[in-house]
Amino acid sequence: MINQNFISQCKIIFGHENVLTDKAELLTYSYDATAGIPREIPSLVVFPQNTKQIQELIFLARQTKTPIYPRGAGTCLSGGPVPLSKGVVVSFQKMNKIVEIDADNLTATVQPGVIIADLNTAVAKYGLIYPPDPGSMATATIGGSVAENSGGLRGLKYGVTKHYIMGMEVVMPTGEIFRFGGKTVKNVTAYDFTHLFVGSEGTLGIITEIICKLIPSPKYHRVLIAFFDKLENAGKTVTDIIRNHVIPATLEIMDKVTIQTVENYAKIGLPTDVEALLLIEVDGMGKDSVEWEAKTCLKIIQQNNGKPKIAETDAEKDSLWTARRAALPALAQVKPATILEDATVPRTFLVDMLIAIQNIAKKYNLMIGTFGHAGDGNLHPTILVDPTDKDEMDRLHKAVDEIFEKALSLGGTLSGEHGIGVAKLKYLRSEIGRSGIDTIRRIKQALDPDNILNPGKLVPMED
Amino acid sequence: MTKTVFDDIETLKKELIRCMKCGNCMAVCPVYNVEKKESSVARGKIALGEAVLSNAINIDDETLIKLIFNCLLCKSCMMACPSGVRFDRIILGLRAAIFKKKGLPFIKKALFGLLKNPEMFDKGMKAFAALQGLFLKSEGEKKRTPKGFLKGISQRFDAQFILPELSRESFRDRISEIIQVEKSQTIAIFFTGCSVNYLYPEVGDDLIYVLKKNNVTVITPKNQNCCGMPVLVHGDIETARELARKNIDAFENTKAQQIVTVCGSCGSALKNEYPILLERTFYEEKAKKWANRVYDISTFLLKAIQLKPPKGRVELKITYHDSCHLRKSMKVFNEPRQLLKSLPGITFVEMKKPDACCGSGGSYHLTNVDTSLKIAKTKTEDIKTTEADVVCTGCPACMMEIFESLHRFKGISNVIHTVSLLAQSYKSEKDEKKN
Ligand SMILES: Cc1cc2nc3c(=O)[nH]c(=O)nc-3n(C[C@H](O)[C@H](O)[C@H](O)COP(=O)(O)OP(=O)(O)OC[C@H]3O[C@@H](n4cnc5c(N)ncnc54)[C@H](O)[C@@H]3O)c2cc1C
Ligand code: SF4
Ligand code: SF4
Repeated sequence: MINQNFISQCKIIFGHENVLTDKAELLTYSYDATAGIPREIPSLVVFPQNTKQIQELIFLARQTKTPIYPRGAGTCLSGGPVPLSKGVVVSFQKMNKIVEIDADNLTATVQPGVIIADLNTAVAKYGLIYPPDPGSMATATIGGSVAENSGGLRGLKYGVTKHYIMGMEVVMPTGEIFRFGGKTVKNVTAYDFTHLFVGSEGTLGIITEIICKLIPSPKYHRVLIAFFDKLENAGKTVTDIIRNHVIPATLEIMDKVTIQTVENYAKIGLPTDVEALLLIEVDGMGKDSVEWEAKTCLKIIQQNNGKPKIAETDAEKDSLWTARRAALPALAQVKPATILEDATVPRTFLVDMLIAIQNIAKKYNLMIGTFGHAGDGNLHPTILVDPTDKDEMDRLHKAVDEIFEKALSLGGTLSGEHGIGVAKLKYLRSEIGRSGIDTIRRIKQALDPDNILNPGKLVPMED
Repeated sequence: MTKTVFDDIETLKKELIRCMKCGNCMAVCPVYNVEKKESSVARGKIALGEAVLSNAINIDDETLIKLIFNCLLCKSCMMACPSGVRFDRIILGLRAAIFKKKGLPFIKKALFGLLKNPEMFDKGMKAFAALQGLFLKSEGEKKRTPKGFLKGISQRFDAQFILPELSRESFRDRISEIIQVEKSQTIAIFFTGCSVNYLYPEVGDDLIYVLKKNNVTVITPKNQNCCGMPVLVHGDIETARELARKNIDAFENTKAQQIVTVCGSCGSALKNEYPILLERTFYEEKAKKWANRVYDISTFLLKAIQLKPPKGRVELKITYHDSCHLRKSMKVFNEPRQLLKSLPGITFVEMKKPDACCGSGGSYHLTNVDTSLKIAKTKTEDIKTTEADVVCTGCPACMMEIFESLHRFKGISNVIHTVSLLAQSYKSEKDEKKN
């Protein structure tokens, strides 16, 4: 565990100014963005600036069996960076250099603390983008989003973080520095380590450098919004669009509760008597093809009795997006606490899932606004509660259990993008089964025999 | 009388609980952007408030005090917050609780504790207080602080440090209390604020000039005081309340319809802080009434009266810096731009992040020198890129900070108050006619 000697060693490794030991400072590393999970104050926070320092820390931690918790911006929604067993928080906020942008190979090499939006600003000069765009991209780090395999608003067309990671440098829990992957599009040497470490939630190794894939920035964009009197019609529109071979970059849905709350908060003139709205953005390199996609969407919306509106100017485009951007802020104003889930189902069961959530809300007398990435079947039922109301909190937990149960019964998953962490650990077995639990444990034990890296997350150590 | 966040720290609970720890504030907090520490940003400070309330840490913990004072009160976090957390109340409430428990000397020691020359700091605080208008009128009005005296007080007062020259005679000493005009459109109070009164009297002159041109009768009450912001931000609520009441009395003694300010901090104190400070007291209604009548000079000209547009040519390339309190507290940002762009001869260029803090933060630039200098450097670089002749802004505190950092980081632009440029245009109308 951590004693005075451990702290002095850390000060030698990282430098005085990069080690926090005062209680007041440590208190601010006891949480992430997840509501309703336990907090714990770490014994120490360190700010690495290079890989070597992390290796030295691992050696020190192994000798003393000290838990290590990597942390990016702490915007995780499943408890990933919370230091459950005290130990050391390794904050990557100061290890945030863009090492290289290679416009010809379409890659960027970055340190883990680079903020996603900053990478996009940097590559914009070359007419390129790094597509994964979680709602938190203005604050979240590349390291954290790689560890969580974050999704985003344009996942339907462009995929999620795992599709844009080509290689990494990792400090293993046993202290070795391991580099794999690279700038080549093709690479089948050894196991596909990249996909093992993407989404590993800080439990298998500490990521110290990342090679990201970039793509040319789409030149043309069209944005549409559509209102529906029936959920079924909105759901059918989603499947019809795909069936007609249009893959929009963004295909977002908001339910009635969310629409009403947004209108109440932002007063942007949304109709409050509709059951759902869809926000659609199509983009691409060719003007004609983008126009064709927009027209096709328009036709499908009309065939399904939706009321569409298409943005003609940039200002109009922005105003259509306002509704979606306001969803979380508006819901968050209603009650003190906001529980944001991310159960995900196959696209074709979108409507079934939405209706199930509405029934669960009624059954447990809870306010649930649902919005999310309709095209991905990835919904964000947002449950609004008052944590001081014990009875309401009880009903909340029951409702969450039922939401997960329903998602799994429809062939979906516990988490589309926020991760398991601690928040969903108890549900893990119901999705991956006994054999899954055994496998995940064996992987963890093989790579982290001392269980020092982010213990208590993702891998259930006891039944 | 029910309790407010300033009187009872328990009342902060309902403010703290609104924070959902989303971290959105990290994207905009100038302090966090430099320090990259969780305690630098609103989310971390809110967690500290929660810890105080749950007795996980004491309010007089020395590190905690430093962290709670490591904030510019720029309110950028509030603009980015999806849950509408009222961070200004939280931070001021915590500071008030610290002040109540420990008093000002302790806070000063905690903040100025790192100074090279500790015996200087009491003198320093006095000098500094005079600069900031910390003293009530009777004590501080005529005192002047020679620049050499400041050496050793803060690391910021190094060889690079420059200040606008302190004026011999304060603005209010030399201006007549009532300036009556013919065909008066309205009667307005000029709330000068300490910076204009002591450091930038010419901004006061320019304001009077502009108001006269627009047929506005101006009352500059002699018995107005410091707005109270400098004491409020140190948690000295009682002094802030006293200043607020005195100022409101001074306003009540006039027949004025409006109050005009040329300082974002003063304006936001009158507009947003007084009603909170005097909540649930005898003065509450009066505070609210005057809060509704406060205008920054730019909104006053465009919204409260019939403007006589300035027509004289001003051949300058200018850029505009949004004072945090003017933009994020008073919500004024369109009007100054509209006025400046309307001046004949002006070339207006926006800098990269016009609403990024300049690094001043009241006494912050003296107590947290390293962070403040880094914030100031970024601002200066953004200004330099515009290659503007002049940076305009609506707040004397920003003028002072930008003036200093442009000198330090080798910028070429001049710093000027928006109202001074308007006055310049009116004045060159006259010259053009003569020619
Ligand atoms: C308002 C809001 C909106 C959001 N929107 C989305 C969204 O649209 N899509 C989505 O997928 N998520 C979303 N999220 C969740 C969250 O922002 C993402 O999971 C994000 O990528 C986390 O990044 P971070 O830097 O904050 O990581 P942290 O929260 O600090 O850490 C996340 C995990 O990564 C590990 N980790 C961090 N750095 C390293 C490293 N260098 N090496 C190894 N492990 C590491 C940590 O131990 C932890 O387990 C949202 C969150 C909020 C608050
Ligand atoms: S943006 Fe608001 S709700 Fe989010 S962490 Fe900051 S203060 Fe809390
Ligand atoms: S007021 Fe400004 S400095 Fe203080 S926490 Fe908010 S953004 Fe940061």
